[in-house]
Amino acid sequence: MTGARKAVIDSRANLPFVYRQYSPEQLRQVLHKMYLIRRFEEGAEECYTRGLIHGTMHLSIGQEASAMGICMPLAEDDQITSTHRGHGHCIAKGAEVSRMFAEFFGKTTGYCKGRGGSMHIADVAKGNLGANGIVAGGIPIAVGAALSSKMMKTGKVVVSFFGDGANNEGAFHEALNMAAVWKLPVIFVCENNGYGMSTSTARSTAVKNIAERAAAYSMPGVIVNGNIFSEVAEASFKAVERARAGEGPTLIESKTYRHRGHSKSDRNRYRTKEEIEDWMANRDPITLFENELRDFGFIDDKGIEAIRDAVAREIADGIEFAKASPAPEIATLENYVYTEHA
Amino acid sequence: MDAAVRELSYAQAIQEAMAIAMDMDERVFLMGEDIGVYGGAFQVTGDLVERYGADRVIDTPISELGGAGVAVGAAVTGMRPIFEFQFSDFATLGMEQIVNQAAKMRFMLGGEVSVPLVMRFPAGSGTGAAAQHSQSLEAWLGHVPGLKVIQPATPHDAKGMLLAAVADPDPVMIFEHKLLYKMKGHVPEGHYTVPIGKAEIRREGRDLTIVATSIMVQKALDAAAALEGEGIDIEVVDLRTIRPIDRQTVIDSVKKTSRLLCVYEAVKTLGIGAEVSAMVAESEAFDYLDAPIVRLGGAETPIPYNPDLEKATVPQVPGIIAAARDLVKGVR
Repeated sequence: MTGARKAVIDSRANLPFVYRQYSPEQLRQVLHKMYLIRRFEEGAEECYTRGLIHGTMHLSIGQEASAMGICMPLAEDDQITSTHRGHGHCIAKGAEVSRMFAEFFGKTTGYCKGRGGSMHIADVAKGNLGANGIVAGGIPIAVGAALSSKMMKTGKVVVSFFGDGANNEGAFHEALNMAAVWKLPVIFVCENNGYGMSTSTARSTAVKNIAERAAAYSMPGVIVNGNIFSEVAEASFKAVERARAGEGPTLIESKTYRHRGHSKSDRNRYRTKEEIEDWMANRDPITLFENELRDFGFIDDKGIEAIRDAVAREIADGIEFAKASPAPEIATLENYVYTEHA
Repeated sequence: MDAAVRELSYAQAIQEAMAIAMDMDERVFLMGEDIGVYGGAFQVTGDLVERYGADRVIDTPISELGGAGVAVGAAVTGMRPIFEFQFSDFATLGMEQIVNQAAKMRFMLGGEVSVPLVMRFPAGSGTGAAAQHSQSLEAWLGHVPGLKVIQPATPHDAKGMLLAAVADPDPVMIFEHKLLYKMKGHVPEGHYTVPIGKAEIRREGRDLTIVATSIMVQKALDAAAALEGEGIDIEVVDLRTIRPIDRQTVIDSVKKTSRLLCVYEAVKTLGIGAEVSAMVAESEAFDYLDAPIVRLGGAETPIPYNPDLEKATVPQVPGIIAAARDLVKGVR
């Protein structure tokens, strides 16, 4: 590195947003968590293949920068609603992978005590109000949480994650309208991975960019490259500032891609092998972020190796924890349907 | 006025309950279509917006699905919303949030949250509003674990059950028959609750148990009064709650009278009468039955516009009298 270039990087003045906003240690933590999301989902997938986890799951592999970028400026007590593709959001908001694995294994130590599984993973203590099996189901709920924030004056910001498929649900439109009318502290994050199950956005959505929908509800509509952590984090940061200032909601369209199929039943007949391989080889969000960190001198190969090793241990420990945890007693079947009276 | 005889209409009783709830707890607020300055389609919220302000009596856009979802989200994050559907028929537009979210959230999250949400549904026929504004859909929601579903039949219960619903940590769906809104009755002042899940014997009798819901309770009482002169002594059980249902009160009554007639306005087939009948047939009361169980419910048709047709769609007093008489005299 030349002296001049080093000086610029050291001053960080010309670097992308996150390198100016966050400390090197915070950024290395981001890389750690992006790996944690990736390896968690690979681990879950392997456990599923080996028959240790039943049901189905929707993997967000390839979308890690989106989850991490959006959650980066959030405080611990800020809240999110998530989707069926919600493992990344859950980890990004602060969940422990051991309790997530335990949930996938259907154990009592899981976040939902084995009642929710992958599609309803939540971590209420960390502000994750839950993934959702209904497309767009969480969007009005996020608006309601934002209404609580405004009425109780807690200062909390609420993020609603959803996919491109949700932008054609009525709940999306009703929720955005109400959030705008009432100027609520909520951020709508559309992770556009190109396909609602098998149907491409080109075939399903009348606008070219989902962010254009924001104009209909008089809120800013922002498009970011969802695979570039800094771009996502910058958009989220601005939206959080706007929300906290009482200026109302923002719609962020984070354009990304899922490497895996929609769910475990997907045979990938609606997209080409070349398309998938291109995204994996050239636009992988972890590779892009890792290279940037290395280029800017925030981490070296040894540091990267240490993160990968630490993540591998965390995943292995998490799976062991899940395996060793107790299953729920059949006698507890009807627990949690109603609030128990002491 | 003597407090003991103070009378309010059913609508006034609900309004008073909402005001008391808002006075007692700043987390309680109202949401719904045209519930502010308009006062609600049936004037149930009335002038509450003037007393509590537009921040606590919130007019929503005409967005039943989104509005219901906002109420769910507010409930799980610390508020206590009372959400008014303008007509119970519009529950069909909000069903996703009611059935998939509100009812299941606590369960899906392993007990980590509660959903202290009250939803009010003006229901029923008799107003000439035809097929899309006259339905009785309580059994739809009664089929969903996680929800509580109530049908107060008197002004007294409308107030007390609403206050019980607001205090309840779980989602409570209140079906209010629109023809009851003007019904007057004794309503005590101040705060009191009427328990959810407990039926009430409105009239004691020996010969026949009529289990009725909502507006059919009064019709059953009218029928019972008419049959008194014929020496037929009818017990009327006001079910009040359809989930969780008060099994014991019904079974005990049938054991006493040995005959059961179920009267409800909703479509007869697969309705609450089927549940009550099965409940009795599965219980020790079965051995006490002296006659087949009879159900009187709504006709297998949407609610028609023509007033004569509309009346003929749902049970009326003469039909209840005839069915009760037949049952007791062994014609059935």
